[in-house]
Amino acid sequence: MKFQRPHALTDIQFHYCPGCSHGIVHRLVAEAIDELGVEGNTTGVASVGCSVFAYNYFNCDMVQSPHGRAQAVATGIKRARPGNVVFTYQGDGDLAAIGTAETVHAATRGENITVIFINNAIYGMTGGQMAPTTLPGQVTQTTPYGRNVKEAGHPIRVCEMLSTLSGVALAERVSVDSVKNVKAAKKAIKKAFEYQVEGKGYTIIEVLSSCPTNWGLSMQDSLVWIRENMMSYYPLGVYRDIGAEEGKE
Amino acid sequence: MPEKVLMKGNEALAEAAIMAGCRHFFGYPITPQTELAAHMSKRMPKVGGVYLQAESEVAAVNMVLGASAAGVRAMTSSSSPGISLKSEGLSYLAGSDLPALIVNVQRAGPGLGGIQPSQADYWQATRASGHGDFKMLVFAPSTVQEMIDLVADAFSLGDEYRMPAMILSDGLLGQMMEPVVMDDTKRTEVPERPWAVSGHGNKREHNIVNSLYIDPPNLEAILKERYEKYERIKEKEQRCEEYRTDDAEIVLVAYGASARISRSAVDAARKEGIKAGLIRPITLWPYPEKAISSRMATAKAFLCVEMSTGQMVDDVRLIVNGKRPVSFYGRTGGMIPTPAEVLNEIKKMNGGI
Ligand SMILES: Cc1ncc(C[n+]2csc(CCOP(=O)(O)OP(=O)(O)O)c2C)c(N)n1
Ligand code: SF4
Repeated sequence: MKFQRPHALTDIQFHYCPGCSHGIVHRLVAEAIDELGVEGNTTGVASVGCSVFAYNYFNCDMVQSPHGRAQAVATGIKRARPGNVVFTYQGDGDLAAIGTAETVHAATRGENITVIFINNAIYGMTGGQMAPTTLPGQVTQTTPYGRNVKEAGHPIRVCEMLSTLSGVALAERVSVDSVKNVKAAKKAIKKAFEYQVEGKGYTIIEVLSSCPTNWGLSMQDSLVWIRENMMSYYPLGVYRDIGAEEGKE
Repeated sequence: MPEKVLMKGNEALAEAAIMAGCRHFFGYPITPQTELAAHMSKRMPKVGGVYLQAESEVAAVNMVLGASAAGVRAMTSSSSPGISLKSEGLSYLAGSDLPALIVNVQRAGPGLGGIQPSQADYWQATRASGHGDFKMLVFAPSTVQEMIDLVADAFSLGDEYRMPAMILSDGLLGQMMEPVVMDDTKRTEVPERPWAVSGHGNKREHNIVNSLYIDPPNLEAILKERYEKYERIKEKEQRCEEYRTDDAEIVLVAYGASARISRSAVDAARKEGIKAGLIRPITLWPYPEKAISSRMATAKAFLCVEMSTGQMVDDVRLIVNGKRPVSFYGRTGGMIPTPAEVLNEIKKMNGGI
């Protein structure tokens, strides 16, 4: 791994907890922006959640969106500046609970934007409540006896759900729990931005991420938890890729 | 001189927005603003603009937020229940210092209410448009021509002061047809927006459009600064029309559709020898306080006429501050007061003074 700071990141210190995945994913997004040379015509949308201060961390123009509305805001930016690169950076509460309608409709419209989706199975910023992605049986502040799917419902598999929509160009689930997976995540994120530049349509990269603070686990155990618990419910992989489908024809 | 054409209020408003340089419309269907969005869907593709039917009013107003942040003139329109959903976006627009046009073609509430005209969203427009300390510019047209003229003002003042502007119309004005002049010599240029997030082009620092200030002293300072701006607007931008008020002893105060009715009632009262007059607020925020204060010179009493259970009357009472009696007459739920009913009120008051 390179340790030089990507240009697309400012030199402001991240406020994230030790072992939190947000920092790594920020870096991967910034590297992709650098490598494609698009910082000057990129606008990012920071969502409400632990990553709200992303607007201070990315060096491109940034907007802070209301909770859940990032993809509607991104739609407005993209329709105003169709030649610009527009991305959102959202947590699972933001994207898959309060912002589900905005997500599904941006996807089905084939809005030519890139969505970076942090799935950490919990609401980080508000102190560890159940998220739409919280696993069955998982203990959170608001599922103190473990998520009972009979009462609290089942977790949402976002990539699988969106992959049925014709507007989606790329839906891929990655993880940042190991060097190998970080590399694959980087490739996926860059591909998503490339697809956008090529005008292919809606791209979403779901990143299985850690929240050691609210999971109540050490940094190391959090990575194990992703592998042992999240990956079986949320299998890594490509759920839709129109580039690959075009290749087959 | 451009020719007069017959136009429906909603359509005239839409066309005027295009004339004012708006190329981005985001909406969600609702009666009675239907013709406005339909007109946009027909015209925007012809002028290289964007018409987008969003999945909800919440999404639509946030698309407006994104488009405005990216530096273009953007608007949305809806009617009362839809405006309730937009309140989140209105608060964020104001908190992010973003201009935008929001049209409310009011219908009766609360809840699903009814689809007939109403003025029951006055408080929502002028006081409780969303959470937090903020204001919007609020314009109240009372003719189809005025819909056209005020759209241009709403856009340019919104730009000048970097804040959202609302046109508070209603189902009556929206559906009404009147001869109008579409004078595009009045169109204003969309100003430069150096703060926009349109991409820094590697030529400047990154721009951030934001409403979050986690540090209380900082947020308080920003709000104070914004409220100083609001004070300047109050000083400069109050607008109203006065009708037969010079010697008026009974001063009616009414806006929009109910001002049209009140005007007829004033004429009828004058015929009967009653010195009645009308103040018609054109800006509901800033409220035309100065005009109402100075009218106290002749006024023995004020009568507020609204299509609600009485909302704007609060503002009149605040200004009059107990120095004169202030009465209210209103119909609500989609019912419209008649000039005869208003005249009757005037007569009752005339007997009382
Ligand atoms: C309308 C609204 N409702 C609730 C909140 C409170 N809130 C702030 S962050 C958040 C959850 C964020 O969780 P997630 O999207 O999973 O992101 P994370 O913090 O885990 O990165 C909530 C509910 C809010 N700011 N606005
Ligand atoms: S609370 Fe969780 S998601 Fe938020 S910064 Fe800390 S570790 Fe990351």
